Amino acid sequence: MNVWDIIFTTEFGYMIFRVTTPILFTALGAMISRRAGIMNISLEGLMLVGALFGVIGSAYSQSVVAGVLSAVAASLVMSLLFAYFVLKLKSDLILTGIALNLMASGGTVFLLSVLCGDKGVSTSMNSLVVPAVELPLIRHIPVLGPILSGHNLLTYAALLCVALVYLLINKSPLGLRIRSVGENPSAAESVGISVVKTRFTALVFTGILSGLGGAYMSMGYVSWFARDMAAGRGYMALAAQNLGNATPIGTFLSSFLFGIADAMSSSLQVLSVPAEFIQMLPYVTTIIGLILFAVNRKRKSAKARMKL
Amino acid sequence: MSDQEYILEMRGITKIYPNGFVANKDVNLAVREGEIHALVGENGAGKSTLMKVLFGVESHEEGEIRLKGQAVKITDPICAIDMGIGMVHQHFMLVPSLTVAENIVLGREPKRYKTLLHMEKAVKDTEELCEKYNLKVDARARIDSLPVGQKQKVEILKALYRRAKVLILDEPTAVLTPQETEELFVELKRMREAGHTIIFISHKLNEVKELCDRVTVLRLGRTVGTADLKGLSEQAISRMMVGRDVILKIEKKKASPDQEILSVRDLSLNSNDGRPIIRNVNFSVRSGEILGVAGVEGNGQRELSELITGLRPFSRGKILIEGKSIEKKTVKEIRRMGVSHISEDRMTYGVAAGMGIWENVISDRFDHPKYCKRGFLQGDAIDRLTKRLIEEFHIKCDDGNQPVRMLSGGNMQKVVAAREFSLAPRLSIVNQPTRGIDVGATEFVRNKIVELRDGGTAVLLISADLNEILELSDSLIVMHGGKIVAYLPDSSQVTEEELGEYMLGIRQQNPEEIRRACHECETN
Repeated sequence: MNVWDIIFTTEFGYMIFRVTTPILFTALGAMISRRAGIMNISLEGLMLVGALFGVIGSAYSQSVVAGVLSAVAASLVMSLLFAYFVLKLKSDLILTGIALNLMASGGTVFLLSVLCGDKGVSTSMNSLVVPAVELPLIRHIPVLGPILSGHNLLTYAALLCVALVYLLINKSPLGLRIRSVGENPSAAESVGISVVKTRFTALVFTGILSGLGGAYMSMGYVSWFARDMAAGRGYMALAAQNLGNATPIGTFLSSFLFGIADAMSSSLQVLSVPAEFIQMLPYVTTIIGLILFAVNRKRKSAKARMKL
Repeated sequence: MSDQEYILEMRGITKIYPNGFVANKDVNLAVREGEIHALVGENGAGKSTLMKVLFGVESHEEGEIRLKGQAVKITDPICAIDMGIGMVHQHFMLVPSLTVAENIVLGREPKRYKTLLHMEKAVKDTEELCEKYNLKVDARARIDSLPVGQKQKVEILKALYRRAKVLILDEPTAVLTPQETEELFVELKRMREAGHTIIFISHKLNEVKELCDRVTVLRLGRTVGTADLKGLSEQAISRMMVGRDVILKIEKKKASPDQEILSVRDLSLNSNDGRPIIRNVNFSVRSGEILGVAGVEGNGQRELSELITGLRPFSRGKILIEGKSIEKKTVKEIRRMGVSHISEDRMTYGVAAGMGIWENVISDRFDHPKYCKRGFLQGDAIDRLTKRLIEEFHIKCDDGNQPVRMLSGGNMQKVVAAREFSLAPRLSIVNQPTRGIDVGATEFVRNKIVELRDGGTAVLLISADLNEILELSDSLIVMHGGKIVAYLPDSSQVTEEELGEYMLGIRQQNPEEIRRACHECETN
């Protein structure tokens, strides 16, 4: 089998949507933070906590809705904790983010071992998954049908979120305030907008979106929680919003780029290339993405200087 | 005159900053409804502080503010805005990536369906406002695509959108071209006709004379007086503004200048947005003399010192030190040519605040073989140097390890002076050497500068402090609008009134007289 036989299949197309979903949710959350002027690296931790609580919530309540809601709530609590430290106590952004990520990594394993007696996976818990839906009409279209239809409900929710976040950022008064706070806080302050309050609000959105990303990991992508299952997707999301220039559409497109890399890393493992090399792909993409972004920005600012 | 005539009164305002600096002492300001009221004074006279108090940015210790005859408490800018006071800051408070309309409605956005931003209404409101006051701005343009003059209009519109009746403009013409200034004046006069009251802060007396109805003069944090501008000459205002209260006498011999050390020829510089900052400047500094650069701040002095010390690359003209050009040389190379520099920005360029005194004093010579052998710092030699400088410059500290941050402003400046003056420089660029430091340290630093001169160093002294410039310099140049407008070969013969008129651009020497600042040209 060669590479092209794997990539040019409807299965691969379907796979891209499947693996893009968690990155897209979280990247949208990252983008909102960024627009409010906060480089948020705690996303990895938010996703992880969301993933665990999705499993716990659905297992104990035996309700999918309750599962997703508890994932969102847990991630939101973490995000508010981050906001409290950074905005109220004025702690360092990066250090706080690292601390929360480490806490999430250790804390989820601890909770897992308490609840299931297993430090690796949650398979002993009877947790639920979010159902997949077949799209009427679209499912019958050749090629496109199998790629677009039959996805997890959360995948469609993620696509819907792109539109909602677009409206929030570009078309709502709150979005205008978020953008002004991120770009020139003193200008916002001078017209009576509270910088702290606006950033707090932005981090609420980040918490909700990352929680959905986490819920999808354990209630859709797979049907259990595994230690450190976010596997760097939080950082990829941060890179994706950066590459997408912190716009909703840009973030959407670059999330797909990372999704493609991620999809390749899972499907190309059948090749004779060492699996470890393939698994490296998403992260290499991240680095390349960041370099491209930096080069592009440098060229732009050089151009701007030339104009003067 | 009855109280009713005044829309705004500030009575007996006293503002003391936490570090003990008295910025306003018993200041009075009374503004009539529908007038353009000028607030003038030198740098540090307390104009900005007074306006910050009025706009609720700073609190005041004593005095009261009355609006339409009623005593009010203004606790923050929002409160001021709600009372109908608007402010156009010198540094614009705009969000660059947003459009004009978005910036104007920010914080009070019109809504559609109760949730979404009503962009069309925002644009319409903006256009109506532009129409009403005849301010021509494209409501849909992004801020970062606009020239400075337009940005300023957006700031004014922002205040008007919030229904400001009293508008404060903090040195609005400082950033404008002459054409833009003229446009602004037309607009401000139209706003006066529409019933708005304007407080106009400026140094530029010709503008004040042209635009304003009355003027209040501040000097050293106190009110000098308020006067009707009709029949008042620019000279009379200048005399009110400039004046010396305390005089620190410096003992010094007559200078005996020798050969030319610094030659600045045809030097010009434009800002990033193309405004001229320095225009065709020519002068020399000879060894053993102190040449003072007088001028209201922001007339090119800072940039001049940055150019000579290599902190800013230069575009047109020549700077020679003992005949050698400094073009394309690094700061370090220029220092090696014997140039030392006391920057006006002490915390950025003067000291590394978190580090010890010894680290600060060796920062320009740590790689000298005396202090560094085979890649290791020589503790003993450094220790001896630090001890000697602490003693010689009377630096009050625990020991040489004490972080500079822990020292008082005066002692911090002594650390800078110790480093900059101890290598027997050929040329020393001294920019605002005693700003914000106590009287004792001021006297000490000034005496050291004279000592340096007597040792044969050429000193270029830039200072906004008239006392300092008149006491310390042997000869003077005055800068206004990026140009040298006067060369005064003997500072002791200069009166402050005369200097004030040059500084404020009322008077100017002819090119022949100015050319005398350039000694080489004189002999040729």
